[in-house]
Formats: sequence, C-alpha cells, structure tokens
Amino acid sequence: MSACAKMTARAPLLEVSGISKRFGGLQAVRDLSLEMARGEVLGLIGPNGAGKTTAFNLLSGFLSPDTGRVRFDGHPLAGLKPHAICRLGLARTFQIVRPFPRLSVLDNVRIGALARHPRMAEARGKARAVIDQVGLGAKADLTAAGLTLADRKRLELARALATEPTLLLLDEVMAGLNPTEITDIVGLIKRINENGVSILLIEHNVRAVMSLSHRIAVLNFGEKIAEGEPAAVANHPRVIEAYLGEEYVHAPAR
Amino acid sequence: MRWLAALAVVVLLLLPAVLNSYAITVFIFIFFYAFLGQAWNIVGGYAGQLSAGHAAFVGIGAYASAILSVEMGLTPWIGMLVGGLLSAGLGTVVGYLGFRFGLRGFYFVLLTVAFAEVCRIVALNTDAVGGALGYYITFTGNPWQFQFQDNRAYYYVALGLMLLATGIVAAIERRRFGAYLIAIREDESACEALGVNTFRYKMLAMVVSSFLTGVGGTFYAFYLFSLQPGSVFGIPLSVEIIIRPIVGGAGTVLGPILGSFILSPLAELSRIYFGQGGWAGAHLIAYGLLLIAVVLFLPQGAYPALRRLWIRAAPR
Repeated sequence: MSACAKMTARAPLLEVSGISKRFGGLQAVRDLSLEMARGEVLGLIGPNGAGKTTAFNLLSGFLSPDTGRVRFDGHPLAGLKPHAICRLGLARTFQIVRPFPRLSVLDNVRIGALARHPRMAEARGKARAVIDQVGLGAKADLTAAGLTLADRKRLELARALATEPTLLLLDEVMAGLNPTEITDIVGLIKRINENGVSILLIEHNVRAVMSLSHRIAVLNFGEKIAEGEPAAVANHPRVIEAYLGEEYVHAPAR
Repeated sequence: MRWLAALAVVVLLLLPAVLNSYAITVFIFIFFYAFLGQAWNIVGGYAGQLSAGHAAFVGIGAYASAILSVEMGLTPWIGMLVGGLLSAGLGTVVGYLGFRFGLRGFYFVLLTVAFAEVCRIVALNTDAVGGALGYYITFTGNPWQFQFQDNRAYYYVALGLMLLATGIVAAIERRRFGAYLIAIREDESACEALGVNTFRYKMLAMVVSSFLTGVGGTFYAFYLFSLQPGSVFGIPLSVEIIIRPIVGGAGTVLGPILGSFILSPLAELSRIYFGQGGWAGAHLIAYGLLLIAVVLFLPQGAYPALRRLWIRAAPR
C-alpha cells in the first residue's frame, strides 16, 4: 500500500507529451512536452503569439490537441470537457477576465465553490473564505461589473481557487496591474502554492515570474525552446534571442 | 416580502367573489399567460437560451390531451401529464440539437422557431387531427373532463397553474440548479471552466420548461374548446409567451407575473376597442412600442426597476 502511495506521489502531476495544435496555416503549438511535479510552480513565458494561451486551452479542455496526449493526476484528459477537467482538480483563469458581470463577488465565487460543495449554504461559506484569502472580503457584495481591473483579476483567481484545484493555470493575472498590485498578487500566489496547490503560470512580467517559479519553460512560435531553473533560462542564448532579444541588442549602446 | 406574497395570494383567492364574469375572464388570461411566461422563464430568462418556439409545446400539449379525451375518453387531468411529457420529449430533441452543436443567440432562436413551424405545418396537413379545419371539443361541462360550467373554476385552475410554476421557479432559483442557470446566462465558457456541465443544465432547463408549457396546452384546449394549428402552434403565440417575462423581468421570479398583469389587460382592451373595423392587430403595435420602451428604459424589465424603487423608498 505504501509503495503504491509513493508511486502516485512520485508520478508527475501533469504530463504533457508532444501536443500540437494547428489553426489553418498557423502552427500554434508544436510538439510541446512538459512535466510538472506536485507542489511545483512552473512559469510559461514567451513572446506574444508564442502559443502560451493555446497551450492553456489544450490543457483545460477548451481545445483538443491534433496530436499528443495530456495526463493529469493519473487521468488521461483526451476527450474530456472543461467542466470534467475542472472536477479532476485542474482549474484555470482567463487572460481576459470573464466574471459573471451582474452577479456579486460572493455569487461569482460561489459558482466555483459549488463544484465541490453542492449545498448552497456550504458553498457560500467556502466562497467567503476564498474571498477573504484573496483580499476581496470588503467587496463581497459588490457587483463584479463595478470592480477595478486589479480586483477583477483577484476575483478571477478566487473563482478558480474555489473549485479547490490541485493544479491552477493562471493566464497573465498580472497584466495591466501597477507595481504595488503586482507585489500583492505575487504574495497571494506564493501563499496559494504554500497551501499545496501547484501552479502553471503564463506571465509577461519577467521579474514576477522569476521570483515565483521553481522552473520556467519558454515557448517561441509554438515550440519549447528552453526549460529549466529561472536563472539558467534567463541566460539561455535562444531565450535571449527570442524573448529578451531587443533589450540585449540595446544593452551595449547604454 | 413573504407576507406581501401571501397577502397577494389571499386577495387573488377571494377576488372572484366580487368580480363580474368578464373581469374573471381577463384574470384567467393574466394567470394563464403568466404561467406560460413563467415556464419559458426557466430556459429563456434564467438560462438565457432564447426559445422563440414555445408555442410548439403548448400545441403538442393541447392536441395530445384533447385527442386523448375525445377519442379515448382519457381524463385531461391525466392527459395534461401526457401532453407535458410529449412536449418535454420535443424539448429534449430541440435542446439536444441546439446545445450539443453549440447554437447560441440568433441561431438557437431560429432553431426553435423552425421546430414550432414544422409542428404547425404537420398539424395543418394531418386530417386525423382536423387539419386546417382545426380540432374541436364538445362542451359537456364535466369537471372530470376538465370542463366547467362556471368561469370561476377556470379562474382557480389558471391561478393554481401560475402559482405552481412560480413555486417551481422560486425553488429552482434558491438551489444550485438556479445558480448555475444564471451563471450560464452570464458567461458559458467561464461556467465550464468552473466545473459546470453547461450542456446538462441547459438540457434540464429545457425539459422542465417544455414540460410545464405542455401542461399549459391542456388548459388552452379545454378553455377554448377549439384548436387551430395557426393559433396554437403559431409564432404569435410564441411571442405572447416571451414578451411577458421580458417586459416584467426575465430571470426573476415575479417578472412573468408582473409582465402578464401589464400586458394581458392591454391586449384585451385593444381587442375590445380596436377589434372591429380592420384594427384587429392593434395590440401588436402596442406590444412593439412597449417592447421598444422596455429595451430603451428598463432593459432588465419592470420588476428589477420596481424593486430598486422599493429598496430606495423603504425606510432604514
């Protein structure tokens, strides 16, 4: 029994093997393979159009890969709808936040909580706790449409968190936030991870992604060009060329 | 709020004692269309799936219970459940096609209209159900056959239907089912990402809605005693069903009732005053104007606006 438990504990939480997705003439993702251990924070970076969001859609069931397969927590995800994948414990946020605009913050988060707590009162309690956790406690009764962008990003995060995921996919939760707000949300993501939730993070804010991630994978034109510890990835020549190229070119001129 | 609702029910229960026969007829229409609007409200208002073919369910329920009663002597009290089940069967087919293949917005509207029109044309060309002449029920006044000498009996049956549907909608709203339907209306993809099986809940909403609407068909048949394909399956009836909850407030428990109290007397008055001399469709013009006004000034309907006034006026 203990051997079996050890096996599951050691098996990767997420196993992506050679997935590809083509939209007409555009190869959005090409032969992408990734592995994530339990408790890990993996940063997924790359220039605009590199295929990061497409990769998220492939993992969360909003798109199905042309080739390749995804295993999550021991389950093959092929053919599963997004809601079924969410119930397996893989939750996501959207790059363009999609709150239920006319519902209150509490009701928004409760929809997520209902996934594990079918009774309305219990789901409400769970939603309350998550809202407090992300720092929206004082705004629980406001309508989602009236929130600032920073708060809508928190709400997006809270809703996904309320489904009690083991793996959380965060799609640019810091985009459009000011430095103070970014510091806050970095702290929040760290705390979520410390509570045992693994995190796959798409992020353009290099400093934030470097400080949060245990490892980083870099996509360019749909292909993974580098993977490793943050410092190693930052100094990888192909990464500098593809992603930091412009700054690198300008650096000697200063 | 609760005691206000109870008071309203008591008033409606006592009202026939003081109303004349004509006023009772007006109330019967108010209740019946509020009932149909409430049934539509589940799928159209809460889940936000705009079915514009709900007349199909009325028609199937009406023809089913009428034929079963006339040809086989089956009491419409049971026939109304058969009609409801048949309507739910059609609702399942329409829902499956629409939701499985992701028809949203206008495409779903067109799908539902198309099914209702197919039903109308089939009824029109099936001699066994009277074809274009329609299907007629002989009045016997036998309550077991859903026929009443006294208009007040219809009043209470229609009131009962309205209260039943309203109770069902209120119960749905308080449960996970209702919370999910509202969320689906607001953003379907976000729902999927949060673990909501949107297909299942939309189907469930469609089935409950079409079942209730089919039950209403029995009342239609045994109140009017004649079924014409054009009126019972036609687009005008579908419009009548939709417009009340939209004016009153789609996706609210009281919206369809409020909408029916506004529109049903309006339709009746315009029928009386404009009915003769080539003005027969005048109430449709009034509907059109009212709908424009609602979309412009009260996009969520009259009930949410009234509620805001109430909250503002209430002393704190």
